[in-house]
Amino acid sequence: MIELQSITKRYDGANVVADLSLSVAEGELLVLLGGSGSGKTTTLKMINRLIEPSSGIIRVDGEDVAGIARPKLRRRIGYVFQKVGLFPHLTIAENIAVTPSLLGWDKARIRRRVEELLNLVELDPTSGARFPGQLSGGQEQRVGVARALAAEPKVMLLDEPFGALDPLTRDRLQQSFLAIRKRLGLTAIFVTHDMVEALLLGDRIGVMHQGRLAQLGSPRDLLQRPADDYVRRLTETASRQADLVEKLKHGGGA
Amino acid sequence: MIPQLALLPGYLTAHLQLSLIALALGIGFSVPLGVALTRLPRFERPALAVASVIQTIPSLALLAIMVPALAALGLRSIGFLPAIIGLTLYSILPVLRNTVIGLQGVDRTLIEAADGVGMTGAQRLWRVELPLALPVIVAGIRTATVWTVGMATLATPIGATSLGNYIFSGLQTRNYDAVLLGCVASAGLALLLDGLVRLLETGLRERRRARSWLALGIFALLYLYTGATLLPGLTGARAERPIVIGAKTFTEQYILADILAGQISRATGAPTRIVSSLGSTVAFDALGSGQIDAYVEYSGTIWATLMKRDDVLDRDTVLREVGDWLQTQHGIALVAALGFENSYALAMRGSEARRLDISDLSQLAPTAPRLTIGGDYEFFARPEWRAIQSAYGLAFKDQRILDTSLMYQAAAQGEVDVISAFSTDGRIAGFDLTVLADDRHAIPPYDAIILAGPALARDHPAALAALRNLAGSIDAPRMRAMNAEVDHDHVTPEAVAAQFLGAAGK
Repeated sequence: MIELQSITKRYDGANVVADLSLSVAEGELLVLLGGSGSGKTTTLKMINRLIEPSSGIIRVDGEDVAGIARPKLRRRIGYVFQKVGLFPHLTIAENIAVTPSLLGWDKARIRRRVEELLNLVELDPTSGARFPGQLSGGQEQRVGVARALAAEPKVMLLDEPFGALDPLTRDRLQQSFLAIRKRLGLTAIFVTHDMVEALLLGDRIGVMHQGRLAQLGSPRDLLQRPADDYVRRLTETASRQADLVEKLKHGGGA
Repeated sequence: MIPQLALLPGYLTAHLQLSLIALALGIGFSVPLGVALTRLPRFERPALAVASVIQTIPSLALLAIMVPALAALGLRSIGFLPAIIGLTLYSILPVLRNTVIGLQGVDRTLIEAADGVGMTGAQRLWRVELPLALPVIVAGIRTATVWTVGMATLATPIGATSLGNYIFSGLQTRNYDAVLLGCVASAGLALLLDGLVRLLETGLRERRRARSWLALGIFALLYLYTGATLLPGLTGARAERPIVIGAKTFTEQYILADILAGQISRATGAPTRIVSSLGSTVAFDALGSGQIDAYVEYSGTIWATLMKRDDVLDRDTVLREVGDWLQTQHGIALVAALGFENSYALAMRGSEARRLDISDLSQLAPTAPRLTIGGDYEFFARPEWRAIQSAYGLAFKDQRILDTSLMYQAAAQGEVDVISAFSTDGRIAGFDLTVLADDRHAIPPYDAIILAGPALARDHPAALAALRNLAGSIDAPRMRAMNAEVDHDHVTPEAVAAQFLGAAGK
């Protein structure tokens, strides 16, 4: 469904993404995990051409994206931004309706779709008339997800969508997202720097480090057979934290 | 006040035409340019620099330089066109700068989001960037609106009617009701238009349809009115073009323009129009290019300023040579000498002149180093001033430039000791000033002469003949008395002119 072939992105002679190849099967959720500067967001943005690769080929649904006009490509791909990016001068309903209206859907269809989506992301149907400034951070990102889903894309790209939320809100949104994804059978790439989030959501996880794919595998693969030191340190940190929580819960000292 | 109020609809309409058209052009040019500049950042600095430079030109000067600039291009150089161009240029910077700043201020996240949801460049501009930059752009438009309405009053000296006609003629004729009326009306108009722009903006931003439509409706009506009042002037002008009489910016000129116009319409019934408060050289240039048909000039001005002569000959010789020169160099006819001189003359307080026992310039010279002289905007740059200085060896302690409307009062109140007066000015007697005789004849004669452009002789020989009949009809005491009636007794120039023509007709 999504295929990256030897993708390289250079800025001022330095490789931000270096010779990266991966593919995501239909209905699969791939998590790209890495620290800041690892190249994970750059990789994501090259898929819908917010950033153009220096070399390499990207295919979505078998089609080379370089041959598709950017607006047309992006209307086919749902994108959720880290900073949400809701348009403050438009209502929630208008924000959600943005891509369908660009695609020329008729008003009745758009209205039905907006209702459906508010319901799907568990927002009060009356909130459609409100403006983004009146929402909490969690509600805003629910709208962000709804906007990305509005034009019924088969492919979703999510750039650390829950990174800025408090732990409880984040957990609720993660659960919502998992449910939505299952229901719609979405193919998705989800970027995060949070190991636990990656383990929780990903069918497979691609660990990125210094512009390269350090390891690509199932959560179990990563935990049981880390490919290198970096991956091992990442998984060990997560395990140690989990162990600590377990110990504390059972009354043991650290 | 009542006759002044009767002029208000005409002045207000003309002012509205200037302001609305200049603003529409300025905004129509600046907003798209601002958008283009945010797409071509390379040109942003140079373009804003040019706009800033235009803004640093004093507004009066910007309008004034439109006159020779357009004349050099062979276009209509006085009246509506130069005013519109000057005002439009002036409105560019605030709108352009705010458009650029407003668009640059749009959150990068939202730009990326707009791209991410699949907007094209144009969709992003219309749906995201412009709406979000709107408050900043509108702030620029509001600045431009207030500036343009205010600056449109300065269109009067370049021949475009505006509320400035009240201010310029009011200052000259000491009619402060008129000055006040002009200021209040233009301030009111500025506030009204500013309020409308604001209404439109809040209507759009807060999505109050009724409010936006109300503001748009009023604007539409104003523009319709502007168009409807402007069209006949643009299209029908050729069919029945009135005979246009020019007037410079002082009382005597207003009265004489009314006399010329009245004389023509009485004798021929032809329609006439007066373009008043023209700058000094603007009037001559306008006559040469056929934009006005006649006005009253002074022989010495042509002699000294245009012919660059510095010898002083007698009145008749100067008249003859000036007439020949005008005809051969410019095709302009010297129609008639009105019969009086209005020359530059130095004047001082009567009491002071008697105390110091000064009655002519030779006697002034020894005392001059202790005195201050005040002159109008052009006096100290004129050849007459150099001629007086060298003929009498005059050297003053200090010299100050004053507006003619304030100069006489400044002399009367002792703020300056000597002024460059005009010999027929009604205020000389009014303020008890004494004119000092030019005993060595350093200043050339200044006969008031009617000049007519080539078109008048060709198209309206009867009008030319009517003007010729005014030869010798006004002597200096008569002119001084008429000036005093306007300046001191606040009779309107029209009324004084009508009275003169009525008496002359009997």
